[in-house]
Amino acid sequence: MQKAITIIDYGMANLGSIANMLKKLGVQPVIGADPAVAGRATKLILPGIGAFDHGMQRLRERGFVDVLNAKVLEEKVPVLGICLGAQLITASSEEGILPGLGWLNACTVRFDFSRLNARPKIPHMGWNTVRVLKQSPLYEGMPAESRFYFVHSYHIACNDPADRLTETTYGMPFTSSVQRDNILGAQFHPEKSHRFGLQLLRNFVERF
Amino acid sequence: MVRTRIIPLLLLKNQGLVKTVKFKNPTYIGDPINAVRIFNDKEVDELVFLDITATVEQRPPPFDLIAKIASECFMPFCYGGGICTVDHVTQLFSLGVEKVALNTVAARNAKFVREIAAIAGSQSVVVSIDVKRNWFGQYRVIIESGTRSTGRDPVEFAKEIEQAGAGEILLNSINRDGTMTGYDVELIRRVSGAVTIPIMAAGGARGVPDFAEAIEAGASAVAAGSVFVFTGKHRAVLISYPSIEELISLNET
Repeated sequence: MQKAITIIDYGMANLGSIANMLKKLGVQPVIGADPAVAGRATKLILPGIGAFDHGMQRLRERGFVDVLNAKVLEEKVPVLGICLGAQLITASSEEGILPGLGWLNACTVRFDFSRLNARPKIPHMGWNTVRVLKQSPLYEGMPAESRFYFVHSYHIACNDPADRLTETTYGMPFTSSVQRDNILGAQFHPEKSHRFGLQLLRNFVERF
Repeated sequence: MVRTRIIPLLLLKNQGLVKTVKFKNPTYIGDPINAVRIFNDKEVDELVFLDITATVEQRPPPFDLIAKIASECFMPFCYGGGICTVDHVTQLFSLGVEKVALNTVAARNAKFVREIAAIAGSQSVVVSIDVKRNWFGQYRVIIESGTRSTGRDPVEFAKEIEQAGAGEILLNSINRDGTMTGYDVELIRRVSGAVTIPIMAAGGARGVPDFAEAIEAGASAVAAGSVFVFTGKHRAVLISYPSIEELISLNET
């Protein structure tokens, strides 16, 4: 079992709660603040809060893009994107103009409530449940009605439905997590979702 | 189903955790980081931290402590106390705080609420309203940690800050604070009836039946301090939180 996890630090999130949750699981996280550290990773977490273009710019400026591409696409190192980090693995976002990492055949879109009579507030912020759409070790042992903490205005839209891992309803159903082989993304914040987030990260640590 | 949020309201003074009675006599009850760890294990859905002396001492928020709390907290949390500039707010968000609570600054300048809501979105802006009855029994908004009356009616003030873009109101009864005599249901009813944004009720909770009463009166969430940190008639410090079973029974009332 591979227990080392590298959290990519490109200046887009407070990594404290992710690092502490991993420590609680008995994993000593490596903070990957430069590409050389990321290059030695055997498992990756790509966190992030904020705007899409800002995130891509930071990844580029700090020289992470090539090394991450090699790790994830060639070496097939497991990677978990969180919130903005999950959106960055898509090809593009309606929030910005820069291309994303494009590891997933998907794009990131804004909540479109134009056809709804009662329009929920954007951003979607708060606890919500997820429905698991396909078998994945990421949700193994997860209790029914598992709930996670969300804060976002944009969400992933998969071009290949087979990549959709869970669905959540906020005004309408949307994709709340994705998986294609070694590439995983969660729109919510496992590190702010106590017991449920802990189980999800435990699965990522132990089953990938 | 939207779950009723039950939120520990934790007070900070000189980097320690304290509990007041009617906003007075802060009693030291422990280390905030330790409390966060206990609440993590109890699977609390949200926490509120208020630094009760920052504003009166004209101090900015204790950013170092807040960063530590954010790192330890496996749940979203709200911070209030000493916030008076946009820079304070952006720093707090960058540390990983999910919501900010504005009190004195909101009463002095509703435009500040508008400004913060424009930057952060209403969902991240809580206005905390401290209320006390005056000699005539009228509800009045009190600022500066319960030391200065604005002379304003909380209902009117709540409408104003809703207009300004507040996403939520933390409504605290000074008369009930720490007394464990039940929420001021009348106050909750009046304010929640006047605005559409959610009300988080605080002040006076003894236990789950009080939560139910506050919700019945119109609160969307219930906050409490003493009931989560004290036990027994001698108020021994013991951090606790209702069991899942109790929470479910509350949702079914």
